[in-house]
Order: sequence, then C-alpha cells, then structure tokens
Amino acid sequence: MLLKKYLGPLNKENPILVQVLGVCSALAVTAQVKPAVVMGISVAVVCGFSNLILSLLRNTIPQRVRIIVQLVIVAALVIIVDQFLKAYFYDISKMLSVFVSLIITNCIVMGRIEAFALSHKPIPSFIDGLANGIGYGLVLLIVSFFRELLGSGTLWNHQVIPQSFYSNGYLNNGLMVLPPMALIIIGVIIWIQRSIHKELQEE
Amino acid sequence: MSRIEKTSEKLTRKFKTNKGLSHFYALFDAIDKFLLTPDSTTIRGSHIRDSVDVKRLMTTVMIALTPSLFFGFWNTGYQHFLSYGIQAAFWKCFGFGFLKWLPIVLVTYISGLAVEVFFAQIRKEEVAEGFFVTGMLIPMILPPEIPLWTVAVATIFATLFAKEVFGGTGYNFLNPALVARAFIFFAFPSVISGDSIWIADKADAFTGATPLADVALGNISSLPSIKDMFLGTIPGCLGETSTLAILIGAALLIVTNVASWRIILSVIIGGLAAGFTFNLIGTTPAMSIPPYYHLLMGGFMFGAVFMATDPVTSPHTNSGKLIYGLLIGILTVVIRVCNKGYAEGMMLSILLMNVFTPLIDYLSIQRNINKRVSRWNSAKSNKNSR
Repeated sequence: MLLKKYLGPLNKENPILVQVLGVCSALAVTAQVKPAVVMGISVAVVCGFSNLILSLLRNTIPQRVRIIVQLVIVAALVIIVDQFLKAYFYDISKMLSVFVSLIITNCIVMGRIEAFALSHKPIPSFIDGLANGIGYGLVLLIVSFFRELLGSGTLWNHQVIPQSFYSNGYLNNGLMVLPPMALIIIGVIIWIQRSIHKELQEE
Repeated sequence: MSRIEKTSEKLTRKFKTNKGLSHFYALFDAIDKFLLTPDSTTIRGSHIRDSVDVKRLMTTVMIALTPSLFFGFWNTGYQHFLSYGIQAAFWKCFGFGFLKWLPIVLVTYISGLAVEVFFAQIRKEEVAEGFFVTGMLIPMILPPEIPLWTVAVATIFATLFAKEVFGGTGYNFLNPALVARAFIFFAFPSVISGDSIWIADKADAFTGATPLADVALGNISSLPSIKDMFLGTIPGCLGETSTLAILIGAALLIVTNVASWRIILSVIIGGLAAGFTFNLIGTTPAMSIPPYYHLLMGGFMFGAVFMATDPVTSPHTNSGKLIYGLLIGILTVVIRVCNKGYAEGMMLSILLMNVFTPLIDYLSIQRNINKRVSRWNSAKSNKNSR
C-alpha cells in the first residue's frame, strides 16, 4: 500500500501525463535519448533533495516568505547539478544548454515542495520527490526513444537502423527532430494511458 | 425489389448478427452505401431542403478536379519527354502521367481508408464520405516522383491526427490533405523540395526548376512565359500547374455553390495586393516580379480554389470569409517573397488561417451582435425621448 502510494508518479499520478507539468522541457530536450536521460536524472536529484531539505526546514520557515526560501534552495541545487554536468559531462551539458538551469522553473519541483514536502516528514518527502523526478524521466525516455530512433536512426548515438534501409529509400523523419512531434508523441502516450486507465479520463 | 438489393439486405443482416463478420461491419457498410442508395429515411419531420447532401457535394468537387487532373496526367508525361528533348504524342504523355499517378492515388486511398474504417469500427459509426475528396487531393499536391511509402505514412498521419482524433469528418480544424503535404514537407524535405524532383524520371542534364524556385533564387529572367504558366506546361506538383484547368473547375464549384466565391476572390485580391506592395518596395528581384505572376506560379490557384474553400475548415460568416481569404493571399506572397527557405507559401498560409478560422468566425459574429445591440439601444432611446 505504502509502496503503491510512492509509485503513483510513475503511472497514474505522472507529473507530465496526468498533472501536465514540466511539458516545456519535455519538448525541448527529447530529440535524443542521452540528454533526455541526463535531464531526467537531474530533475529527479533536484526534486528529491529539495523536497528533503525543505521538509527538514518546514517547521522553521515563516509562511509568508516560504516561496523565496524554496527558490533559494532549489536554485542552489540546480547550480550544483549544472556545475557537476559541466565538469564531468561537458558535451551533454552543452546539448542541454539553458534547460538545466531552467529546472528551477520546472513546475514539478515547486509543485512537489508545496504539495508534499511542507506537510510531510523528510524521508517520505525525499522518496516522493525522487519518484516524481523518475516519473518525469520515464516519459522523457519514451518520447526521446521514438524521436531519436525515427528522427536520426540512432539510439544513444549508435546507428540502429541499418544502412541497407537507407540505400533502399528509407529516410529519417525530419519532423521527429522538431519539438511539435514531441508534443504529438506525448499526446499519443496520454491517449494510450487513458484508454488503459479509464478512471483518468476527464469528463 | 431487384436481386442486388436483396443480396445487400441479406448481407447486411449477416454482417450485423454474425459474430466473426461483425468486426468488418463498418467496411461492409461503407462499400454498401457507396454502391447503393441507403434505405434509411427520416421518420418524422423531414429536414431536407434540397437534394444536395455530403455525397453530392463531394461528387461535385471530384468533377471539378478532373480538368486539373487530366491536364496533370498529360503535363507529367510532357515534362518527362521534354527533358529528353522528345516531342511525344498526346496519348503517350497522358498514359505516362496516368501510370505515375495511379500508384500514388491507390496508396493514398488504401492507407487513408484503412484508418477511417478502423475508427468507424471502434466508434460503431459509418465510414463518412469525407475521405474521397481528401484522397483525390493528396496525390494532386505531391510531385510525381514521390516515394510511395512517404505518401502512406503522411496519409495515415494526416487522417489520424488532423481528423480522427478530433472526431472525424466535419470536426477537423485543419485541412487533412494539406496536413499530409506539410508532414512530408517537414519530415522528408528531400523528396518534396529542390530542383530535381518535379519532373518524373528526368534526364540528368535538364534543370527542371519550378518558377517558384527561380523566384527564390532571384533568377527572374529564367521564368517561363506567362502563356506557359497559365496553361500549365511547367514542372510542378501533379494537379497544380494549370491555372486554366483550375479555373474551369472553379467555375463549376461557384455555379453549383459548393465553394465560396468570396474566399476564392479574396485570396486572389490579397495575393495581388501583397505583390503590388512588394513592387513598390522593390529592393530584391523577388519583390519586383509583376503581382499577377504569383497567381500563375506554384499552387496559388489550386490552393485558393480547392484547399482554402474546404467548408469544414473555412469561416462560415460572409465577412469572416473575406478576412480569411485576404490573409491567405497576403501571407502566401509574403512567405514566397521574404522567406528563401520555403519557396511555396500557399500550404503554410492556408494551414495557419485554418487555425484562426474559429477566431475569425467568433469576431465577426460578435461584431454583428454588438451592432444589433447598439441599434436596439438607440431605437429604444429614440422612443423614450419622443
């Protein structure tokens, strides 16, 4: 039961598919699998630790200034992640460009702090943040899988579609590399998810 | 009752009741309705104004398309033989073009109708007639050498995401035929742009650039003559080259009231106005071509007559139609002249205005309401003061 509650963000309470948060970055960084996975991990780390820290501080933060305190902590975590990527994964950090720093504006992070961390104990908050980040990363992984496979013919920068396809007239789908197609893929995922779980369908 | 009708009735019962066959009821029903007149009638309070129904409308559009289509057959062959320097006979050209067109149209119909039938079966609805015209339009706005699998992918994409997702025929807000073309245009740009794809099996030495490509590159001097462009003996998509053939179709559509003359006319006026304005600026070679050239080049007339007038995706109010048409014309010429990347602006500007159609309709209805409210108020105050 407890486990089910924490695994909610992976499917029925997915931040992108059900709550429709963080869609902007999901469209921007999913042209290839590699940056999408790194982005998913980054968001999970930021979301988990910001939830943990703010849950520890939740009784000492005055209600009126809580947003500013949250921002400072999230910003500090984002900068740490950004610097870490720049130091160890320079090419990916180049690819992700501003979208790592923009994790601070990702609605999932602030949303989980407000909705969960400020009213729950540290360990559950940490798990909740992590789970939401992973739920976000999971959608990124699915979207980027199709976009990279059909758009560039590669996966994790390795050629997957054999050369014989190309010499027989197969072409990479250029639309997959453009953000509109990411929106359509997310739409299709939502479509499939709601046909399986009918209780998620809106009136 | 003739024997055919009896068989149809028997089969209908069989398809409705039989467990295995009922999966294919939508498909059977579509074929049955296409071949025979449906026997279902309104039970009480008939609402028929005249005999023009969706089927009749679609048939009229099909007939209006035939001049452009037949000319397209001939022109495809003519351009092919011309690139080799051969003067081929009429029927040889015609046959060559027909054989180029046939596989494209078959692929379009099979892939599009497969999606339609699939959704009709899931929703337990009948297959609507809407796809018949769309399937005819798609091959006409594609180059003759298009790879068939891209046509299939684009048709499935367009039918699925531009039409069925929104509820099928009559509920789409984008023109499905143009969505199919836009999909190919963005997804596989190499098969639908450039200089080498507009003539089927072209000789390598022949350039084969379309007039629009010449304009985009600034080669105004190499544009074909006005007569060639008007008659349509120029390279281009299968059905779009001949302005004359399109005008014959347009006349039929306007006389039968199937297409709105307001839209066609305002698209033309918008294009001419934008072309004229660019002439006044006149800093680049593309800006200084005569405004009426824009009407003759590329898909301008085809778009104005057959695409912009789609009754589902164009405004319903008369003033809205004028605004919609004018903006399509203006945007097309602006894209053609200013954007070197997209030689043809017709497709993108119609799709953009399709998106704005509900807004245009809302505004013109709102304007009308406000006008009547103020008229009523002033009448009331006049009465009071008297």
